[in-house]
Amino acid sequence: MGHASGKNYINEEPGLLSWFTSLDHKRIAILYFVSIMFFFLVGGIMALLLRLELFAVNSAPNVGNILKNGDVYNQVLTYHGAVMVFMVIVPGIPAILGNFFLPLQIGAKDVAFPRLNLASWYIFMLGAALAVITFFVAKVDTGWTFYTPYSIRTGGAVVMMVVAAFIMGMSSIVTGLNFIVTVHKLRAPGMSMFRIPLFTWAIYSTAIIQVLATPVLGITLLLLAMERTFGVGIFDPKLGGDPVLFQHFFWFYSHPAVYIMILPAMGVISELITTYSKKTIFGYTAIAFSSIGIAAVSFFVWGHHMFVSGQSEIAGIVFSFLTMLVGVPTAIKMFNWLATLYKGSIEFTAPMLYALGFLFLFAIGGVTGIMLAVTAIDVHFHDTYFVVAHFHYVMVGGTLMAIMGGFFHWFPKMFGKMYSEVGARWSWVFIFIGFNVTFFPQFILGAKGMPRRYFDYVPEYETLNRVSTVGSWLITIGFLIGLYVIVQGLRKGKQAPDNPWGSKTLEWQTSSPPIMHNFDHDPVVTAGPYEYK
Amino acid sequence: MSTSRVVNGVNVASHYRDEKHQYASNKEGIWLFMVTEILMFGGLFVGYIIYHSMYPELFAEGASFLDWRLGFINTLVLIFSSLTMALGIYYNQISQPKKATWALAITLICAATFMVIKYFEYTHKFHIGIFPGAMLNLETLKEHGYNIQHPNLGLYFGFYFCMSGLHGIHVLIGMGLIAWVMIKNMKREFNANYYTPVEGVGIFWHIVDLIWIFLFPLLYLVG
Ligand code: HEM
Ligand SMILES: [Cu+2]
Repeated sequence: MGHASGKNYINEEPGLLSWFTSLDHKRIAILYFVSIMFFFLVGGIMALLLRLELFAVNSAPNVGNILKNGDVYNQVLTYHGAVMVFMVIVPGIPAILGNFFLPLQIGAKDVAFPRLNLASWYIFMLGAALAVITFFVAKVDTGWTFYTPYSIRTGGAVVMMVVAAFIMGMSSIVTGLNFIVTVHKLRAPGMSMFRIPLFTWAIYSTAIIQVLATPVLGITLLLLAMERTFGVGIFDPKLGGDPVLFQHFFWFYSHPAVYIMILPAMGVISELITTYSKKTIFGYTAIAFSSIGIAAVSFFVWGHHMFVSGQSEIAGIVFSFLTMLVGVPTAIKMFNWLATLYKGSIEFTAPMLYALGFLFLFAIGGVTGIMLAVTAIDVHFHDTYFVVAHFHYVMVGGTLMAIMGGFFHWFPKMFGKMYSEVGARWSWVFIFIGFNVTFFPQFILGAKGMPRRYFDYVPEYETLNRVSTVGSWLITIGFLIGLYVIVQGLRKGKQAPDNPWGSKTLEWQTSSPPIMHNFDHDPVVTAGPYEYK
Repeated sequence: MSTSRVVNGVNVASHYRDEKHQYASNKEGIWLFMVTEILMFGGLFVGYIIYHSMYPELFAEGASFLDWRLGFINTLVLIFSSLTMALGIYYNQISQPKKATWALAITLICAATFMVIKYFEYTHKFHIGIFPGAMLNLETLKEHGYNIQHPNLGLYFGFYFCMSGLHGIHVLIGMGLIAWVMIKNMKREFNANYYTPVEGVGIFWHIVDLIWIFLFPLLYLVG
């Protein structure tokens, strides 16, 4: 349908260059989209290389000898982790879908600080560029966690990498700050805090964590850089410093950061489940408050990464219980989603398939998280493939599924075109099955004691590793199909109606794609976001 | 989206209702940014407190190398500059730009004074062989007649240089910002309706001062 004059945010200003100076939150979202897709490709190739190396015991001829030696393996592992965490999953949903839809969902014309928003993209790209440069200058092999004392002693451009992460952290802070003020100040008349769509609630809770936790990562990384450059001694046992303090600092950020990664995904899932079961979401307030609850508890559980790092027994017990507490708000969300599905008119569209995939995979990821929180179990599982499987079930099975689902859901709004439903479903089939084939065997491998971050293993582990590697190829096929569907949709997709799914939230009330200022008439909100039936 | 319009003599971006709406939003943004600054220094403070409780004598010996009088003068200088900064905002609120410029200029001079004193403190330390962490030079210290009880004294100075250094960088950034609003002020860009940048820089400056007010006793006095 489009706008009466045929103008929208895509064609309003001509020329490729105008995208790089645009202050429009929708265009900035697209900038993020393109860059993050690219980084995802890079991180994905690294992952495939790692899995290829693990395809066979290293002594086997020909295959499974890709990365030649452990050092190269460790480097590729580091870049895979750092790229996926700092450049894909952390910025992913907030910077792309949040940027695009948060203002639309609350009926605002833009985010509070459009200039800062554009700056955040440039800051992000600067950090990303620095990180990529280290790959060509002097590869880092510390793992994405940069644990001391190894990160102080090892070669490679660790300082530069750490500065890169610091800069990307700044970008994350700025984005979060922008969203908080936007939600506080720019809601349309009638849009009370409890009429905000749950996606926006999730992005808002995430923004709070981004603003509160990231500065601690900042100072930690700066201290690490200082340690390497000047030997300040704070993490250096030779001078009486304590390398474990680094772990405390690091996880004080990085545990909340795992909620920076998952909360937005939960927000997406809330939107998908209610839209495609055509039913009012069950327990709106409970879901909204459980986001805040998760955000709050997340600051007090970092010690579960350090059960075997030599923290006191008491600390271990306290952190164990606090960690299990996270399960409560998480389960509240799960049950609310399930209750929403119950007796809904479910449509198995591609976005809904992704949402159901999320429920299934995230449940496994969450439950294994509770298992790891039991200290007696963690002592055995720590630093094994069980942990690898756990966090991939949450990060990939959770967040990435939500990104895909959310992306297809909002695709017609973002680009004004429809994608091929059949193609999108096939991408889901491959990703979902491939994912389980890749990562489920890793639970078993971990339980059998296969350590993580090793480039080789004993022959007993070979069969399951083979299965896992084949799974990684299936996932790849799934993403390639997804990419094809997107490109075809952009090129040849049918014109999208304003509200193809019959959603109730505000972003569907404007044209597809939206006009520059989002709404023809400033919206006035008179009802909640999910009044289906 | 960048279009703006003039409401009550103020440029208001089109996604804000009016100049008051814009002002309130900007102010909230600045305060949130300040929260991140405090949290960033918070990491250092926590680290300091942990190590201080682990090695109280080492920290006492380290602190004995600092001249509390210089630190005290700098504290007074910064507190005074907070006052003049506040005046800089106040004179803009009552549309007296000339006085505001003066107040900002004095603030800038105070900040520079602070940095000069810090410069002398740092260079004196380097001169007698005090560097952060492993770079601490016991030989040079001995040549200057200091017999160190704790060979790991560098740990204290690791904290000293990181904390005061990061703070010093903030003072420098603050000076740049103050100079920026001062020039804008001289061009008469502010008035009783619009003075957000001055206030924003002011809030930043107060926080920088506040952090020093915590650094001073921790580094110089709690020996
Ligand atoms: C139900 C909530 C969760 C619980 C109870 C939980 C629990 C745990 C525990 C106990 C560990 C430490 C295992 C070890 O190192 O031995 C761990 C590791 C990890 N978790 Fe979770 N987790 C939860 C959710 C998440 C989410 C939502 C994410 C990310 C989106 C995530 C990402 C990670 C990562 C990346 C690691 C490994 C870090 C590393 O060592 O490199 N977790 N989790
Ligand atoms: Cu954690």
